[in-house]
Amino acid sequence: MSAAVRTDSAAATQVVAARLATLVRSGDLIVLCGDLGAGKTTFTQGLGEALGVTTPVTSPTFTIANRYEGSLVVNHLDVYRLGHIDEVADLGLPELVDDRAVTLVEWGDAIAGALPGGYLEVRLQLGDGPDDRTIEFRTVGPEWQARAVSLEALASAGGDGEEPGC
Amino acid sequence: MTDVILGIETSCDETAAAVVERAQLVRSSVVSSQVERHAPFGGVVPEIAGRAHVEDLVPVVAEALVSAGADGADLDAVAATTGPGLAGSLLIGVSAAKALSLVWGVPFVSVNHLEAHLYASFVEEPDLELPLVVLLVSGGHTMLVLMEDHCRYRLLGSTLDDAAGEAFDKVARYLGLGYPGGPVIDRLAGDGDPTAFAYPRSLVQENPDTLPDDRRFAFSFSGLKTAVVNHVRNEPDVPTADVAASFQEAVVDALVTKARWAVEATGARGACLGGGVAANSRLREAFLDECESLGVRAFLPSRSMCTDNAAMVAAAGWWRLSMFGPSPLDTGADPNQGLPLIS
Repeated sequence: MSAAVRTDSAAATQVVAARLATLVRSGDLIVLCGDLGAGKTTFTQGLGEALGVTTPVTSPTFTIANRYEGSLVVNHLDVYRLGHIDEVADLGLPELVDDRAVTLVEWGDAIAGALPGGYLEVRLQLGDGPDDRTIEFRTVGPEWQARAVSLEALASAGGDGEEPGC
Repeated sequence: MTDVILGIETSCDETAAAVVERAQLVRSSVVSSQVERHAPFGGVVPEIAGRAHVEDLVPVVAEALVSAGADGADLDAVAATTGPGLAGSLLIGVSAAKALSLVWGVPFVSVNHLEAHLYASFVEEPDLELPLVVLLVSGGHTMLVLMEDHCRYRLLGSTLDDAAGEAFDKVARYLGLGYPGGPVIDRLAGDGDPTAFAYPRSLVQENPDTLPDDRRFAFSFSGLKTAVVNHVRNEPDVPTADVAASFQEAVVDALVTKARWAVEATGARGACLGGGVAANSRLREAFLDECESLGVRAFLPSRSMCTDNAAMVAAAGWWRLSMFGPSPLDTGADPNQGLPLIS
């Protein structure tokens, strides 16, 4: 399935990410796609905060992989600098996507063929206004397809910037 | 007396070795850069970095020893960067340093890469007065550190998203200027108007006290990067030199403003720069001006001391060894190692 939501600020994008956090389970893989400045790290910050991560979630471009402790472990990877698909093997993705962690991969569309199992694709696109974004969710594989109804509800709730309900 | 230290640095894309006496006399400093190997990919490629370190490390160490006129018998310790950095790259330098320390029967010293950047200034100016504010800006880090004493640091603030050097690299890549982004934007900005476009200065206000404590000395460059991308996307014909100059001005303005606040808030006696972005000519100029107007001493390490090198690793290693003794040989490489702070 796929569903989309529009936001008009970085804060609204983080609210959508926080809503997604309520659907996330250990062992999940989320692939973040979108151009430079689309908001991939911003999205991860919103999701991490909603999962109880208290340390600042910063860009993983330099270190390739960051790890944060929250109610779940949050692995934040960036394959922007990887030159070849063989290098994805060096990331040890199957080990990272273990049963205590949710793993987010920035620029992950480039390595879609090398990903272990199913995943949720989150595509962030720049809109007309400087802070406008379209966030599209697409499920790949049964792990996320089972949550399609919840994802559609999340998208139809819109990106109005209100805090997610408990 | 432990005086002569071999330093080894392999945390990212430079393979470096240096022989330094008492943290100040550089007898040799050899740096083999991999920039040309990474340029086609627009950034450091970990697998290429790891392989290049394997190929380059032995000749680089040999050259450092020969230029210093030293051999194993003359050395008192071997220091290596153990983190932060790329895991595969770090491991090569750390393993080599431990092997050499075993063979030569001298202590091994684990050095934090950020601490090494803090010591770069002391290699060239050993008499810097403390406390000292250090603005450390590189491709992977952007932070303001108060150095209260040797090996005693307080983190004042760091970036909440992108590092300054990362913003340079990504904007340069978006503008089609190639890698690394810092030098090319620095050059191009010379032909542009830094006031052409008013790009955002995140977390910068007239009065530092209106910012929350945890944001006062923090940086954010993600919004600036996005503003440049949005601008060029909407106006593709805009002069690239003006974009480069205005972008660089926004980065420098945020960095220097926060450095000024840090000096004012801490009463530091001086301020210095460290890290690869400290080679940026506009940052150096603005930093000097700001410190002069504050009446504190500014020190700018030479450009070759700002970028990754092993002389700063040997210097930090000498201080660490003097104050804390050798590191255990089971010390591993830690890609996410933080600066050792006082609580």
